[in-house]
Amino acid sequence: MTKTVTDVICPFCGTLCDDLEVVVSDDGKQLLEVYNACAIGAEKFLHSQAKDRLTRPRMRQEDGSWKEISYDEAIEYTARMLTDAKKPLMYGWSSTNCEAQAIGSEIGELVGAVMDNTATVCHGTSLIAVQDIGIPSCTLGEVKNRADRVVFWGCNPAHAHPRHMSRYSIFPRGFFTGKGHTGRKVIVVDPRPTDTASVADVHLQVEQGRDYELLNAFRVAFKGEQLPDVVAGIPKEKIYEAAETLKSGRFVIIFFGMGVTQSLGKNHNIDEAIAVTRDLNEYTKAAIMPMRGHYNVTGSGQVWGWLFGFPFAVDLSRGFARYNPGETTSNDLLARDEVDAVFVLGSDPGAHFPFNSVKKIYDRPSVAIDPHETPTTEVCKVHVPVAFVGVEVGGCAYRMDNVPIETRKVVEPPEGMMTDEEFLKRVLARVKEIQGV
Amino acid sequence: MAEYLIKNGFVFDPVLGIRGDKADVAIKDGKIVETSALSSPKVIDATGKTVMAGGVDIHSHVAGPKVNVGRNFRPEDKLFGYKAKSGIERMQGGFSVPTTIRTGYNYARMGYTTVMEAAMPPLYARHTHEEMRDTPILDQGAYPVFGNNWFVLEYLKNNEIENAAAYIAWLLRATKGYAVKVVNPGGTEAWAWGLNCENVHDPVPYFDITPAQIVKGLIEANEYLGLPHSMHVHANNLGNPGNYTTTLDTFKLSEGIKPKSKFGRDQVMHHTHVQFHSYGGDSWANVESKAKDIMDYVNSHDNITIDMGQVTLDETTTMTADGPFEHHLTELNHLKWANADVELETGSGVVPYVYSPSIKVCAIQWAIGLELALLAKDPMRVFITTDHPNAGPFIRYPRVMKWLMSEEARKQQFDAFKHKDKVIDATNLAGIDRELDLYEIAQMTRAGPAKALGLSHMYGGLAPGLEADVAVYDFNPNEPYAPDDIEKAFLNAEHLFKTGVQVIRDHEIASNGNKRTLWVNAKVDENPQVMRDVKEKFLRYYTVTLNNYEVTGHYLPNPYVIEVDATE
Repeated sequence: MTKTVTDVICPFCGTLCDDLEVVVSDDGKQLLEVYNACAIGAEKFLHSQAKDRLTRPRMRQEDGSWKEISYDEAIEYTARMLTDAKKPLMYGWSSTNCEAQAIGSEIGELVGAVMDNTATVCHGTSLIAVQDIGIPSCTLGEVKNRADRVVFWGCNPAHAHPRHMSRYSIFPRGFFTGKGHTGRKVIVVDPRPTDTASVADVHLQVEQGRDYELLNAFRVAFKGEQLPDVVAGIPKEKIYEAAETLKSGRFVIIFFGMGVTQSLGKNHNIDEAIAVTRDLNEYTKAAIMPMRGHYNVTGSGQVWGWLFGFPFAVDLSRGFARYNPGETTSNDLLARDEVDAVFVLGSDPGAHFPFNSVKKIYDRPSVAIDPHETPTTEVCKVHVPVAFVGVEVGGCAYRMDNVPIETRKVVEPPEGMMTDEEFLKRVLARVKEIQGV
Repeated sequence: MAEYLIKNGFVFDPVLGIRGDKADVAIKDGKIVETSALSSPKVIDATGKTVMAGGVDIHSHVAGPKVNVGRNFRPEDKLFGYKAKSGIERMQGGFSVPTTIRTGYNYARMGYTTVMEAAMPPLYARHTHEEMRDTPILDQGAYPVFGNNWFVLEYLKNNEIENAAAYIAWLLRATKGYAVKVVNPGGTEAWAWGLNCENVHDPVPYFDITPAQIVKGLIEANEYLGLPHSMHVHANNLGNPGNYTTTLDTFKLSEGIKPKSKFGRDQVMHHTHVQFHSYGGDSWANVESKAKDIMDYVNSHDNITIDMGQVTLDETTTMTADGPFEHHLTELNHLKWANADVELETGSGVVPYVYSPSIKVCAIQWAIGLELALLAKDPMRVFITTDHPNAGPFIRYPRVMKWLMSEEARKQQFDAFKHKDKVIDATNLAGIDRELDLYEIAQMTRAGPAKALGLSHMYGGLAPGLEADVAVYDFNPNEPYAPDDIEKAFLNAEHLFKTGVQVIRDHEIASNGNKRTLWVNAKVDENPQVMRDVKEKFLRYYTVTLNNYEVTGHYLPNPYVIEVDATE
């Protein structure tokens, strides 16, 4: 006999779907099938069952080979590395639960680490813009129940957040949106003809790197002022028309992604996008939301918010929290050789950081905590495989609209495997022992 | 547990009716006991010092999503004031929106031991509890917001009090909430379309119900359940010149309703931060105090309690579930604006604000708050708050006490205003010479709020049997003092006990205490219609499933459940 677990939360992207059904074996040890998930989400559940999965920590040897070590040895190495370092970097935190993030923060406080999450190469620029100008936003249910104008700017949910459009933004029938997608006008702004653009009513194919100009042109158009004939590759008639579409809506939502946050202009693009949203509130109701990537990158910003007051790039090395993106952000620290040890949990900088930064990780004492073998584990001195959060252990995660949802444990981890939280608790205890506090 | 005897202090306790007489306070097993019950206590010499019960804050925004928006979007709030970790104290930052760690420690330093989070969006209850869990020392509870909730709007439109009550009971259990909070009834739902409800008869778009119906219905549902606290309201039309009529209209909705609660409170409506709701005039040019009209009503109706919402003349961060108000505010001061509308339930906004003594309106607001407390006939029904952080950070409570206790301190502040004469013309404060004493302060900060919360069996006094929450201040009320001595002493308790644990010793944090989270479990008769409605709404309109909604388990590591039986 098999068992079906319902209302399962998908620990992949910031959409944080919570309606999955997972079929497990009677003894709860094997995960057999996944329903309702997108292809990526289903794979996240299924590959936890891989037969060749690593289940014990391992340490890099002089000759470059790996040697299996015990969890105790891994805890000792990690605690020693963090306490010996003058300024360790503790990076990642986006694919784990808030409970682990909170314990990691306590360790960071004791050892004087720099705490940074994946926002540093993703929506960190959005967080900076919010500090400049604020952010009128809403929950995804407001979008589902009210929005009749939907903008995707520099993002491609068809691939990156596959169920976003059907659960929240384009297709669902909500309370005031009984017609579903036929009652909504969808505008996609993207230099590429993406799959998301193909379902849009309007695709504004902006010139690459010209988002700021186009956003600014919208603000001009709202006021009915004069535009040049072409802005950012878009004829002014199309801009006026799109601006009118937005102004005439009952509820406008703008979703934006890395196309605007990490292209030319960075946080200034987001400043302007938020200003567009503020302006629209003079005419109708409008909200804006970053399409957060990892399923709990939002949560790490929340945990650090209430513990330290800053959402990323938090430097604890002086005994109190400092925040200065550009100085206290991971890549800047690595580039300037300002950190002398690297701890990675719940992220893969090896795949996403510039190669120069990855080399710096390779040159230092380093630990990667990750259920998978990744480019990061390949450059670290110690790799600690752990249970999958949201599959083999529960815990809190925050959706892209900051709604916290408790993820579920659906299947037992392999015998004797630790969770992020258990591992960090042991490291914390060992750090306290070493420091005598 | 250790026994303590706090000897020879000047005790101010409205519960026992002690007005500064010398008395001893005995602590055993976490409770106040008779001194004869102690065997070998640790003696704290409180000679020449002031002894009171731990403070109780009935309304403060200290945990949850909008508080964290305030923290994360205001790095400037952490400038200059960050405190490094030291001993058992973790690092602490932030002024108007402090980190959770600082929130716990700073309340403790002021001698406060119980703090109620004033607005919890139900969908974000988990977040609110996570923050409360990480706030040391304090006993806390949180009020879920109901005034713009679709279930409530639909039930009350048809005057279905019993169904509204069953839904309230369900939501309190699901969110582990403490009381029924109402913020800009109907107005925040209207704000989801960019609109507002500007008075109690302004109908809510689509739902076709008025704020008056919502408030009255929620009072009735609250009394149907017999909850510990009354309905707790922030009325429509906050912060606008001439709004005092809306406030009086809201007060009047409680007329003729008597409390039906076994928890000992006398009110059926608590109206919060009334300072923001006591404005006359019809523009910012002629705005004036209507505190007299407001207090005439409050003084003559004993089924109402209020708190001040005192402006402290600081740079602060405003945050409220009153979404349209925050939009109005950002248009006024052009500072950054965050907004977060919450599906089916509520909304909120956050905007920084500078209450400058050089701005006439800010000074008028300052005067109005103090007038409310100084015109109060019954200090057991008028409480000190700053609506933290909206009118000012809670760390200014001792300064508010100073203003209330000293006419000289008020005069000094008047002299510091740029538009002193205009402020005096628009307010009554300069003509009020009342100076509150410490007994009245204890009523406004301890016994009064504890009673209004339905928690007088636990907090607010020093009678045997109550929780051993006791503060000792280095302040001798019988010696001459300067006004600033009051602020200094009450900002920095010499000793503090929380349920019998000494959390401050000689002005230093000595323990992180044994923090509890209070919530109300109201039992009602089975109500299939409400449960069907809940299932239906989750299926069709929410974006989380019903089974993922309830807050349970480790979010409340140390819960304290107050049981209410409303079954028939």
